[in-house]
Amino acid sequence: MTKIFVIAEHRQGQVRDVTFEMLTKGRELAEKANAELVAVLMGKNVGEHAKTLAEYAKTVLLIQDSKLENFNSEAYSQVLTRLINEHNPALVLIGHTSYGVDMAPRLAAALNVPLGTDCIDLAYESGALTLTRQMFGGKVNVKAAVRKAETYIVTVRQATFAPQKPAAPANGQIIETPSKLTEEITEKRFIQYVFPPPGGVDITAAEKLVGVGRGIKDVTNIPMVEELAKTIGAVVSCSRPIVDKGWLPSDRQVGTSGKTVKPKLYVALGISGAFQHVLGMKGSDLIIAVNKDPNAPIFSFADYGVVEDLFKIVPPLKNKVYESKAQQTCK
Amino acid sequence: MKTTVNEVSITWRDKRLDIIVCVKHVPETAEAELKIDSTGKAIDRTGLVFDINEWDDYALEEAVRIKEKQGGTVTAITVGADDSDSTLRKCLARGADKAIRLTDPRFDGSDGYAVAKILHSVIRNLPFNLILTGMQAGDDGNAVVGPILAEMLKIPHVTMVKKLELGAGTVRTNRELEGGLEEQVEVKMPALLSIQTGINEPRYVSIMGIRKAMQKEIKVMTLADTGLTENDVGVAGSWIRIEKMYVPPVEKQAEFLKGTPDEIAVKITEILKAKGLI
Repeated sequence: MTKIFVIAEHRQGQVRDVTFEMLTKGRELAEKANAELVAVLMGKNVGEHAKTLAEYAKTVLLIQDSKLENFNSEAYSQVLTRLINEHNPALVLIGHTSYGVDMAPRLAAALNVPLGTDCIDLAYESGALTLTRQMFGGKVNVKAAVRKAETYIVTVRQATFAPQKPAAPANGQIIETPSKLTEEITEKRFIQYVFPPPGGVDITAAEKLVGVGRGIKDVTNIPMVEELAKTIGAVVSCSRPIVDKGWLPSDRQVGTSGKTVKPKLYVALGISGAFQHVLGMKGSDLIIAVNKDPNAPIFSFADYGVVEDLFKIVPPLKNKVYESKAQQTCK
Repeated sequence: MKTTVNEVSITWRDKRLDIIVCVKHVPETAEAELKIDSTGKAIDRTGLVFDINEWDDYALEEAVRIKEKQGGTVTAITVGADDSDSTLRKCLARGADKAIRLTDPRFDGSDGYAVAKILHSVIRNLPFNLILTGMQAGDDGNAVVGPILAEMLKIPHVTMVKKLELGAGTVRTNRELEGGLEEQVEVKMPALLSIQTGINEPRYVSIMGIRKAMQKEIKVMTLADTGLTENDVGVAGSWIRIEKMYVPPVEKQAEFLKGTPDEIAVKITEILKAKGLI
C-alpha cells in the first residue's frame, strides 16, 4: 500500500502545531490516493507523543534513542534515510520550520528525491505532485510541477492547514523500531537552547499596538510612530526587518520568530504582510493597515486599509486622535 | 593538557580562513507593486531595482568581519545573468577579494537544486574553510541551496545562523528557532552556514571602495567550465518547474479608506472612537 509519511516535530516536551496541521492535510491526501498515513516520531522518552499521534495516523513509527533527544538534522536524516528506503513512501511531509529548513533539503539531495519547500498547498494525483507556493514575500503565488518520482519530499508552511482530529480516532498502531545509529554524531552537535533575555516590554499584554515595518525607512522616523502610539495609548511593535536593523529591540517583534499578539487594535504601518508577520497578528480584533502598495498582502488581513505613504498619514492621524480625545475630555 | 587545548585554540584563531560566500542578484520587491509578465510564469522586471539578496548581504558582511579579524580570503560567487555584476561589485567593494559569476543561457529555469549543482561544480575545486550563504533568497524563498550544496560537498551545515563563534577546527553557532528561542549548534570545519538576517549590521560601501572594486576582476564561467551537461541544469536539471504565476486570491479584502490624508485621518479617528479604542 502507498504510504504518506508525516515527520512529527516536537520540542521541549511539546508536539508542535505544524505536526497536526500536516497530519490533517496528510489524511486528506491519503484518503484521495488510498494511501496509509504514517506518522514518524523520533526522540527520547516520547512514548506519550506517540499515543497522541496514533489518534491521527494509521501507523506511528516510533524511534527512540538518546542521540535523537534534541533535534539534530544529521542524526534525524540518517534515521529517515533508512526509513524512507525501507518503506518507500510516495510523499514525505516535513514542516517548513527551523527544523524542517535544516533537514529537508539535505535529506532530499542525499536520497536524490525531488523536494518542494514552503508549500501552502499540494495535490497528489496518479503519482504526480503539484505544489502551490508563494514568492516575493507572499506577493505572488505559483503553481509548480515536480519532476516525476516514486517519492517526493514537501515542506509545508506552518499555520496553513487548520488542524482537525479525524471524526473517529485513527487508533493507529505504534511500531517501535531501533534507530540503528551506531556512532555518536560528531560532525554536528546540539549544545543547548538559548532563551530570549528576560524583562523588556511584553507586547502580548498590550491592548493596542502600532506596528511598524520596512516602510518607515530610517531609524530617525521611529519617534514619529512612538508619538502616534502614545496618543492612541498603544505600544509600538514591529516586523522583523526593524529588529534586524537594530531600530527596535527584539521584544517588539511580531511574527513567527517573535511574538504572537491578539490586541483589540493593530495599526500596521509600512508592513507588507509577509506570512511570517501576519501569523503573529492576524488574530487582532481590529486591523488598520497603511501601505503604499495596493496589492500588499497585509490588505487581505486588515479590516481597514489605506493605500498611501505612511509619512502622509501618521502626522494628521496623530493630530486628529489628539483633538478627538481632547474634545471627549472637555465633555 | 588544558594549556595545550588553549594553545591549539589560539593557533586556530590566528589561522587565516578561506571563505566562500554564495550570493544572488534579486529584485527589491518589499515595497514595489509587482506585475506578472506575458509568459504568466514570472514577474515583469520593468522598473524594478535589483540588488544583492538581503540574506546574502548579511552573509557577506559576516565573512568580511571574520577575514578582518583573522586574515584569509573572501570569494563571492553567483549564478546569474550579466547584470549580477553589480551585486558582485558590491561584494568586492565591501571586502571580498575575488568574484566569480556563472552565466549561461542554459542555466535559465534552474531551481535551487540545479543552482546547488552549478555552485558545487566550481566550489569543489576551490580551497575553503567556510561557505556562507543567505538563509533564503527574497525572490523564490526556497531556502534549499545551502544545505544541498553542503550535502554535495559532504560537509556539515547549519541553517538560520544568528551568531557564530570560531573554535579550534569547529564553529559554534546560534540558530534561530520559533518564538524568540535559539539553539546552540556546533559543527566541524569545513562547514557551510546559512545566515539569517540580523546577525550583524552590513556596512555601507565607501566611494573609495567602489572605485577600487571597479578594478578587480570578475571571473566569468559558463556551462562548459563546470563539467556539467545541459541536462544537469536549467529546467531539465531541476526538481520543480513553475507552471503558472498569479496574484494570490483575496479571501477577505480590507475596506479601503479614501480621500486626502486629513480626511483619512478623520475617518480612522472616527472608527477608533466608534469602537471605544480612544
